[in-house]
Amino acid sequence: MSGPSTYEPKSGFTRWLDKRLPILRLSHDSFVAYPTPRNLNYWWTFGSMLSLCLVVQIVSGVVLAMHYIPHIDFAFDSVQRIKRDVPYGWLIQPMHAVGASMFFLAVYVHMFRGLYYGSYKAPREVLWILGCLIYALMVVTAFLGYSLPWGQMSFWAATVITNILGALPFVGESIQVWIRGGGAIDQATLNRFYSLHYLLPFVIAGVVALHIWALHEVGQNNPTGVEVKSKADTVPFTPHATIKDLFATSLFVILFAVFMFYMPDALGHADNYIRANPLQTPPEIVPEWYLLPFYAVLRAFDFNIGPIDSKLAGVIGMFASIGVLFVLPWLDTSKVRSMRYRPIAQQCFVIFVAVCIGLGYCGGQNPGKILVPTTFSATLNWVEGGQIEQRAIAADSAGAFDDAADAAIASLPEGAALPAISRTGETIGVVRGVVGGAPQVLELSAATVDELEAKITEAKAGATAAPYFQVTRTTPFAFTVTRLSQILTAYYFLFFLVILPVLGLIETPRRVPDTIAKPVTGQAQGAS
Amino acid sequence: MLRALTISAVAAAAAIGVAFAAGEGGHVEDYPFSFDSPVGGYDMGAVQRGYQVYAEVCASCHAVEHLAYRHLGEEGGPFAAYIVRNHETGEEEMVVHKPEHGGRFVDVTDNPYVRAIAQAAIIGDIDPNTGQPVDRPGRISDKFRRPFPNEIAARASNAGAYPPDLSVIVPARHGGADYVRAFLLGFTGEEDGTLFINTAFPGGRTAMAPQLMEGRVAYADADTPQTAEQYATDVATFLQWAADPHMEQRKKTGIVVLAFLAVLAGLLYLAYKQVWRGESH
Repeated sequence: MSGPSTYEPKSGFTRWLDKRLPILRLSHDSFVAYPTPRNLNYWWTFGSMLSLCLVVQIVSGVVLAMHYIPHIDFAFDSVQRIKRDVPYGWLIQPMHAVGASMFFLAVYVHMFRGLYYGSYKAPREVLWILGCLIYALMVVTAFLGYSLPWGQMSFWAATVITNILGALPFVGESIQVWIRGGGAIDQATLNRFYSLHYLLPFVIAGVVALHIWALHEVGQNNPTGVEVKSKADTVPFTPHATIKDLFATSLFVILFAVFMFYMPDALGHADNYIRANPLQTPPEIVPEWYLLPFYAVLRAFDFNIGPIDSKLAGVIGMFASIGVLFVLPWLDTSKVRSMRYRPIAQQCFVIFVAVCIGLGYCGGQNPGKILVPTTFSATLNWVEGGQIEQRAIAADSAGAFDDAADAAIASLPEGAALPAISRTGETIGVVRGVVGGAPQVLELSAATVDELEAKITEAKAGATAAPYFQVTRTTPFAFTVTRLSQILTAYYFLFFLVILPVLGLIETPRRVPDTIAKPVTGQAQGAS
Repeated sequence: MLRALTISAVAAAAAIGVAFAAGEGGHVEDYPFSFDSPVGGYDMGAVQRGYQVYAEVCASCHAVEHLAYRHLGEEGGPFAAYIVRNHETGEEEMVVHKPEHGGRFVDVTDNPYVRAIAQAAIIGDIDPNTGQPVDRPGRISDKFRRPFPNEIAARASNAGAYPPDLSVIVPARHGGADYVRAFLLGFTGEEDGTLFINTAFPGGRTAMAPQLMEGRVAYADADTPQTAEQYATDVATFLQWAADPHMEQRKKTGIVVLAFLAVLAGLLYLAYKQVWRGESH
């Protein structure tokens, strides 16, 4: 792609160096002369923002590591000390914490861009897979880093995530103990999380180097998805792409600064300002915002699938939702790269983005929260006054118990109300009924189960003369957050596993331009 | 397409906002604190009074373990002292408020107010000669005196309830300073067993008894009303400062950084236009 090198050393020293280590030639060919498609839009500027994020995280992280203490008794205090007493710690700590969020914001835009313009298709499969690998490493690194401040949310997120690994068959428990360094989240866990949190960013940096290498081998994709055909299609990376990237990055840094200086806590959870307490579970355990969609997928599986229990299904679903990205190049069958020319895929993509956001919403909510107003109702039957009559049930065998019970009910005095069976053993039990008194009926309804139960309790307390109550509850279908996340999760997988493979075969794309230069120099097109 | 994606992004931001705004809990009034706005600093008078309320009321049960006495007198602290020249007499004098302009910051080691506050506290230590536990007057380098030596002692003195540490209580609660203020004012006067009904507390029942009654703390400044509302506002302001003592510095730095970035972005945009002039794309 890059073609023969155009680098010409100008001084004696650079000629000398070029013969021995052509590092200046490499830089020149990669970041100066590198031909970049002339029609790249602003969605292509997020790569440079991501490099900036990685540098910011590593630099601020190295400084934080000089002051942080990875000990369960001192970690929380050491973060406070950094923010209060370390010179410029009040700046560096939020930079690192907000930086993680900004990193994910940029990476999601970068990934959606790749998805929309088909940047994963041949010959960019390896480039895409390396990107997915970076993303997976980022998720792990962020998760490990979030546990380090040792607040309540740090501790309990680590507990939940290591717990779900225990759901894996055969090896789950061993893996769980291995990762935790013991039976529970403790000092050993914190130490290894800290060690790995320091290690992984450098692994990410290494994979980023491969990612850029692969990019420069195959060349950048572009909004038309048409391969570069001639020099007319491209501009040199410097100054054209460099200055555009710098401009877009400066806007990104402004957003970064607004969060860092004015809302450093807005993206975090209040509970992480409470020291970790293994004996007290917080009312809600949620990960950071950028992992909420996967948390929603995990919790969407509240049912067993054959021999797979719901917990394992959730774990599989969560890993599959990232894993499916790795095989995406072979799932999408379309010959047309850019969705700009795929009218149906375009709409499916917009829905997909909305679904991901919706999953993020679901991940942050209580799974039992009811989204569509629902009425729960119950009917209370009781008798004011009256006397309890009871008959013993003694069946010959366990199977004959029901018949014996029916016979016992029939033997109650005429007009006995509210017959109730209490089975006290395999074959024995008691039938009670109320004779005399005034039968009462009360209909109750409420918007939630808890409210309904409160009303039932209240009604029972009000009717003091009743020996006992018969309560019939009707539970309507409630559209909860879990139901919504199930629908959204279904679409998430449907998009990758059905829509993209099938649509590529049946969709009629719009006319794709022959070259990049044609629509650019000819009539204006779309949003480029 | 660009527009559709932008709309989705805005919707995402909104959804996330809603997701986090939907906190649980009781009724919390939104009070207009001076530090709410992006450029708002602390009302240092309120932080000083709030410190007094903390010291005279809250400190009998609640620790602020991350605060040292010296923090009170550091720049941005409520008792930071400055040397200013009196325009009439021409003499230099020390003031506690940061003056409008000028004024030389007095290093906290030379700050008499902070020293007096520290010395009034009794701090447990080890006698350097005998190695025996000993009580001594506080030094400015000491952390704030803790009311109880440990959690067990704290629970034993409070009917099993543990008074939480207050140094980061504001960011640790949904609603922040508004919540803390509403909690302190949320007592209805009713009791439920050993618990007290509080309209702001999630669940409505708290182990803490109502503390802030009118006139409980005598403010030196006669103009400030000595009401429960005023105490609660002041102590919430103090606790906000205690949790985020560098907020003013951060916000001020932010303005400079944002101004710089805005200019930089403008110049980069012009440079971008210049480079791409005549280049169809």
